[in-house]
Amino acid sequence: MDNANGAALPDRDTLLDWYRQMVLIREFEETCYELYEEKRITGVYLHLYSGQEAVGVGALAAIEPRDHAITSYRDHGVALARGVDPGPLMAEMMGKRSGVSGGKGGSMHLASREHNFWGGFAIVGGHLPLAAGIALEAQYSGRDDVVLCLVGDGSTNNGYFHEALNLSAVWQLPVVWLIENNLYGMGTRIEEASGQPLLHKRAVAYGMRDGGRIDGQDVVAVNCALNEAVAHARSEGPVLLEALTYRYRGHGVSDRQYSERLRDELEEWKAERDPITRLGACLEEAHPDSRPAMSALEQAARDQVLAAVKFAEESPAPDAADLVRNVYVE
Amino acid sequence: MAARNQPMREALRKALREEMLRDERVFVMGEEVGKWQGTHRITRGFYEEFGARRVRDTPISEMAICGAAVGAAMAGLRPVAEMMTINFAFLALDAIVNHGAKIRYMFDGQFSVPMVIRAASGWGDQATASHSHAPEPIFAHFPGLYVAAPATPGDAYGMLKTAIRDENPVLFSESIALYPKPGPVPDDEDYLVPVGKGAIRREGADITLVAWARGVEWSLQAARQLEREGVDCEVVDMRWLRPLDMDLVYDSFRKTNRCVIVEESLPMYSFGSEIAAGIQEHMFDYMDAPVKRVSAMDLPLPYARDIELMALPDADKVVAAVKEIV
Ligand SMILES: Cc1ncc(C[n+]2csc(CCOP(=O)(O)OP(=O)(O)O)c2C)c(N)n1
Ligand SMILES: [Mg+2]
Repeated sequence: MDNANGAALPDRDTLLDWYRQMVLIREFEETCYELYEEKRITGVYLHLYSGQEAVGVGALAAIEPRDHAITSYRDHGVALARGVDPGPLMAEMMGKRSGVSGGKGGSMHLASREHNFWGGFAIVGGHLPLAAGIALEAQYSGRDDVVLCLVGDGSTNNGYFHEALNLSAVWQLPVVWLIENNLYGMGTRIEEASGQPLLHKRAVAYGMRDGGRIDGQDVVAVNCALNEAVAHARSEGPVLLEALTYRYRGHGVSDRQYSERLRDELEEWKAERDPITRLGACLEEAHPDSRPAMSALEQAARDQVLAAVKFAEESPAPDAADLVRNVYVE
Repeated sequence: MAARNQPMREALRKALREEMLRDERVFVMGEEVGKWQGTHRITRGFYEEFGARRVRDTPISEMAICGAAVGAAMAGLRPVAEMMTINFAFLALDAIVNHGAKIRYMFDGQFSVPMVIRAASGWGDQATASHSHAPEPIFAHFPGLYVAAPATPGDAYGMLKTAIRDENPVLFSESIALYPKPGPVPDDEDYLVPVGKGAIRREGADITLVAWARGVEWSLQAARQLEREGVDCEVVDMRWLRPLDMDLVYDSFRKTNRCVIVEESLPMYSFGSEIAAGIQEHMFDYMDAPVKRVSAMDLPLPYARDIELMALPDADKVVAAVKEIV
């Protein structure tokens, strides 16, 4: 059976596992939002992934544990899809010593070395050459790992993008450059920021494989395209592709006008293209007995996030000794 | 002079707007400055008032923003480019430093670069290491560039006007923490603060506190507290990190013979080092105590609130430093 985008449908267990990850991410992000409103998470930067779950989950399902993932500051969903435990992630949001980055990095700088999740990076474009370097190490050492690098649409217009993509093509580095095109970089629409708004077409200019534009709200379509891209990166060289998606919570928590500004568009994306609703419908159509399993996963996500919040709140904050630790390798 | 009490944010907005009305060559560009009204709302209403020709939204392209500002300025316009935060100016360091600051000299005066790069600056609010810098001294390192860092709304108003009208490139630092703080803003469209002139914020006889931007606020708070304990502080606000008004520092030091330097930036190769070096070289005969410095700790800044505050300077740290030498 094929889904609406023509991709062959994986088995029930796989679909349910993706459903599990997507509801977990949504629950985690919406909880972060509430905690921020209640000032239990503080600070100025918190960029949520609600609405974009299918991109992270579909893409990360296409790579192996030995492969590598790296992304921008919109990193919670990617970390969860990579299998990082919600407890230490939530602890990082709250600036606790048990956080993945010891409470020093915060929401924008999550990383988990043991998961080959190389981090969230908050300078636009800054992680792109890092992805090239991580891929270089694999190539240099004779392994066939690939790097999945997620890139915001707005992050395609500074020098980092140009230099990193060109370098990856010149050296045939095993990188999948996946643009998460959620149509906006903060308040600026893609058409106002990019002379060629079909971002995947830039692949041609770099002489690398053009993986096209995919429906980022359809986890099956994302996964299918990414399987192909990863195979290409593993055997031949870099690929650039673009997933069309949408963010539900505005740019970050300080972007308070977005729901007003984008009301019609936002409602349309939520009502017609929500990635979780779509996967649910797809599951029910293919496997009419799936509803109870989906409900159980929704409940499990709520429990897991609640446990993560409890873990985070009960963890100690870093102290003066932590403050000065790890400036250098001692 | 008649004045109105306004937050620094409004003072900057007023100065920029008036300069755009005054001189058709002045235009603004940067990320989200137009339709979005500016991340820090300095350009609020500009897009509607001046239109897309003079209020130019850009892609996220700091190198191109600053480089294009250099070129447009060389060719005769008066660009005011905005760096959403000063951290992102690092991506444009080459355009600002290797081009903006040097073109005048390199081509022996054939060109001038009358641009202003406005940059929102500072530490804190758990913005974390990549988004927490007060790196003005880095820019002040380079001859050919002026560096402005106002501490009050009135100065923000007069210094931005000066920066826009001046023929030289100016890195104009705006402290995010000071944006909402109110103060008197002169009712005079030609109010200018001369380039490279500091100001005495508080007169005192016992010790000189030398500061800029937020450091001035911490120094004044410390001075009030120390007054109750019988120590009379003079507070010098340098206003410009380049040119640096060392004469003002020396005049004060001749009177007090003691000095604490207060800044938001990192301690090594800093404003503090520079002032201290000047004092020991030129004021040796007047020194009654070692010069002390208060700055951020020599670390990247962490996210967690408590340890972040430990790493930052504040009035208490100024008080403690003063007590060590009076
Ligand atoms: C070099 C740099 N310039 C500006 C910023 C401020 N900024 C943070 S995110 C962002 C928008 C990025 O948009 P996009 O790449 O589309 O990612 P999205 O937020 O949509 O995931 C901007 C302008 C920054 N962090 N780094
Ligand atoms: Mg975007």
